[in-house]
Amino acid sequence: MMQSVWPENNWPLSRINWKSKGMVKLLTSHFDEPKLHELETYRRLGGYEGLKKALAMGREPLMAEMDKSNLRGLGGAGFGAAMKWRTVTPEAKDPGPRFVVVNCDESEPGCFKDRVLVTRSPHQLIEGLLIAAYAIDARRTFIFIRGEYEVQHRILRQALDEARAAGLIGKSLFDSGFSCDIDLMRGAGAYISGLDTALLETMEGKKAWPRQPPPFPTASGLMGRPTLVHNVETLSMVPHIVLQGGEWFARLGTAKSGGTVLFSVSGHVERPGVYEFPMGAPLKDIIAAAGGVKAGKKLKAVIPGGVSTPVLTAEELDTPMDFEGPRAKGSFLGAGGVIVLDESADMVMVAHNIERFLAHESCGQCTPCRQGSFWHERILERGLNGGGTAEDIATLERAGENITGKVICALGDTVGVVTRALMKKFPQDFNDRFPQRHG
Amino acid sequence: MTGSRNAMDKTLRFTLDGRPIEARLGETVLEAATRAGVMIPHYCWHQALGNPGNCRMCIVEVEGAPKPQVSCRLPAREGLVVRSASPAARRAQCSALEFHLVDHPLDCPVCDQSGECGLQDYYMDIGRYKSAMREDKAHAGKRLALGPHIMLDQERCIMCTRCTRFVGQVSKSHELGIFGRGHRQAVDLVPGRALDNPYSGNLADICPVGALTDRDFRFQVRVWYLDSTESICPGCSRGCNIFVHTSTRRPWQNQGRRLARLKPRFSPEVNGHWICDEGRYGFLDFDSKRLGKVMRLKPVSEELPWDRAAQEVAAALRRKPVEGLAVAASGALSNEDWLAFKELFVDTLQARRFLFAPEPDQAGTEDQLLRRREKTPNLEGGKALGFGTKIESMGWDALARDIEAGKVWGLYVIDRDPAQAWGDRSRELLERLDLLIYQGPRQCLAGELAHYRLPATAWLEEEGHFTNFQGKVQGYRSALQPLGAAKPDWAIFADLERRFKP
Repeated sequence: MMQSVWPENNWPLSRINWKSKGMVKLLTSHFDEPKLHELETYRRLGGYEGLKKALAMGREPLMAEMDKSNLRGLGGAGFGAAMKWRTVTPEAKDPGPRFVVVNCDESEPGCFKDRVLVTRSPHQLIEGLLIAAYAIDARRTFIFIRGEYEVQHRILRQALDEARAAGLIGKSLFDSGFSCDIDLMRGAGAYISGLDTALLETMEGKKAWPRQPPPFPTASGLMGRPTLVHNVETLSMVPHIVLQGGEWFARLGTAKSGGTVLFSVSGHVERPGVYEFPMGAPLKDIIAAAGGVKAGKKLKAVIPGGVSTPVLTAEELDTPMDFEGPRAKGSFLGAGGVIVLDESADMVMVAHNIERFLAHESCGQCTPCRQGSFWHERILERGLNGGGTAEDIATLERAGENITGKVICALGDTVGVVTRALMKKFPQDFNDRFPQRHG
Repeated sequence: MTGSRNAMDKTLRFTLDGRPIEARLGETVLEAATRAGVMIPHYCWHQALGNPGNCRMCIVEVEGAPKPQVSCRLPAREGLVVRSASPAARRAQCSALEFHLVDHPLDCPVCDQSGECGLQDYYMDIGRYKSAMREDKAHAGKRLALGPHIMLDQERCIMCTRCTRFVGQVSKSHELGIFGRGHRQAVDLVPGRALDNPYSGNLADICPVGALTDRDFRFQVRVWYLDSTESICPGCSRGCNIFVHTSTRRPWQNQGRRLARLKPRFSPEVNGHWICDEGRYGFLDFDSKRLGKVMRLKPVSEELPWDRAAQEVAAALRRKPVEGLAVAASGALSNEDWLAFKELFVDTLQARRFLFAPEPDQAGTEDQLLRRREKTPNLEGGKALGFGTKIESMGWDALARDIEAGKVWGLYVIDRDPAQAWGDRSRELLERLDLLIYQGPRQCLAGELAHYRLPATAWLEEEGHFTNFQGKVQGYRSALQPLGAAKPDWAIFADLERRFKP
């Protein structure tokens, strides 16, 4: 009997809310099973059947199912998964190894769905990873897990050991002739490593400075080889697509975003947790699933996809939460980190909190982000300390505009966007902190 | 790396600021623009160090692109329409500059880079905004001596990473790294290392701001008081192309020295963008121990006019059979000097004993990048005239034996120091000679013991040509006035030769 990797009080499970009425369960379908993280349980519930089926059906039919599924990259960018798989330079054009890397460096404040997925159902991820590896013919794959995810690292390691012992990782899986190994790597605590190209740099032992595509990782990724980088949640969807079919999966969601998505709901709600919804569910349903605003207070604002995404107001709760819905409101689905703010929230404080985080986590490679984020932090801090003037609002506006679109990566873009969105939607909060001063 | 990209024959055309630009296949817009003489502001891109694209200064507008692009990472394409000076492009460049200056200390009055600083230049060209920065500036390390030649000021650094790329790609010595993250990050030494590679001085050149400055040049002269002259480094047989920066108009600066510094001059075939520290710092004592008077020292010490001295020297050279006359020269002579040297000593006097080979051998001081084992600039020029092919060089040891055996009565030394080869024995050997003539720019033991001492100009005070080890003939210009009565070597030889003609 393998020794349990769970802490004695089972806290990773007991602390996470995930059940709610009206939920569609796909990734979370067997979360009721107490030992879902063990191979035996997972297989008893039909685990690794997707891998078996994928290996039996062959690469092209598998890709066809993926095409039909409308699965989007759930790490935040929302790039079509099938499209990404197809852009990986084929062996014929570029002979040599190719890799799949799982991005489990979940660091976006407000997002914790990957943590839950890895804690509860590590084999679901492993299965999805192996199917993706088969699709692009990658013999070596990596799971890059955030350094702070200590328990999750142990869970994944045990899951990998179990799978390897059972012959699910290694030589000729299900006698298909396809062999694949999975390595587990731990991060060292940098937010920027969650960005695919910075993650690849980290894995190569370098400073986590994002690369500037082109070339994209699918052409030149890890060690300069074609590499598929995917978020945990995206790959966890793959076995379900294989088993139930791409069309079925696409029908769960909206026209352009297939399937379901996990929302990490936090902030001023009664039951913060991870809730699974079909793509396109209205934002208010998601908040309701988490028990609504805490202590019956009035909702003021919602950050829909983690702190990098521009804020939505209480009037925008009808926004359908797929990749297109928030975009129409000037925001993004991001990685589904819904942060609910009630009437007590001071938006200058929120902006300062986020900019301080971004300044702390800016990789420092390009100047507008490195200097701009710190500048934002200091101006907002002065505002909080009572030294703000109306000119500061103009400076923030101008500096923000000058950062966004002129930097290397998405973190830099965020620096300019977040505060400007807060200023635009909650001008009163900012005018209070940065008043017109006379004389 | 963009610098090493092979130049391809295929060219393509794009439009930059309304003007057609020709680019080679594979070139970026910034490279093509620079070649065509259009300056797009940039810090991180360097022709030899690649284009990380992190300074965001070279941002331009591209027709049809949704966002502005950095031109250092924008491949030139046929028909591309780029605007680098439009209001929107200038605004973007100006804002990048503003971010660079947010935490810059703006200590130009005490900064050595002042006058040749990228921040100052671009502020005047495209900046001129009113600062909105009201916060306290962030502080970091100042006056960090990285090695024997380079001083680091982390506050002035703009993180262009040219220096870390230089120690990674060019010197391959990897002493520098970027430590920390975000606005707290800084360039610093790798723990346990010192910046002491043989090319460290180049870091002060490539640093576009005042973060890396030259310890030797610090606080000596304001750069706008310097004169610049194109020259060739005489430090070894490579003949690196350099600029000589001299300070003559303000003698109270630079501790009275006329030569302020040497800087590399781009030459794709010879030295690329770099020079070595040996060359850069090897000549800064240029004005020490200089000779300016034409002297007869023995038997009666007397300062002579050139004409009289030449007459006496010519007579002395003829006094005994020429078999006993030895001539010691070196590869420091220019091609012009070598010709006059040959006409005097070979054609006219028909001397037999020559010493021009380098001694001692400088094995181990060469490398794959620039430095050559042969430490004089122009042995190759002598070779073209037969020195080293038809005419062989004797060694110092052989010369010493011949002097002791009484076979050599006279020695004409041109800018060489026998004491370097002979050590303790030199005084005794030199005093045995009936005639010792020393010709050169600097005092040395031979100059002290000579019968006649003829002051010659040093390399920076004359024009001439060196032929480098590749056989490339390169000219250097006169950067300074000769001191005292000093004349170029060729002029002295020609003057003497005239005395032997009927």
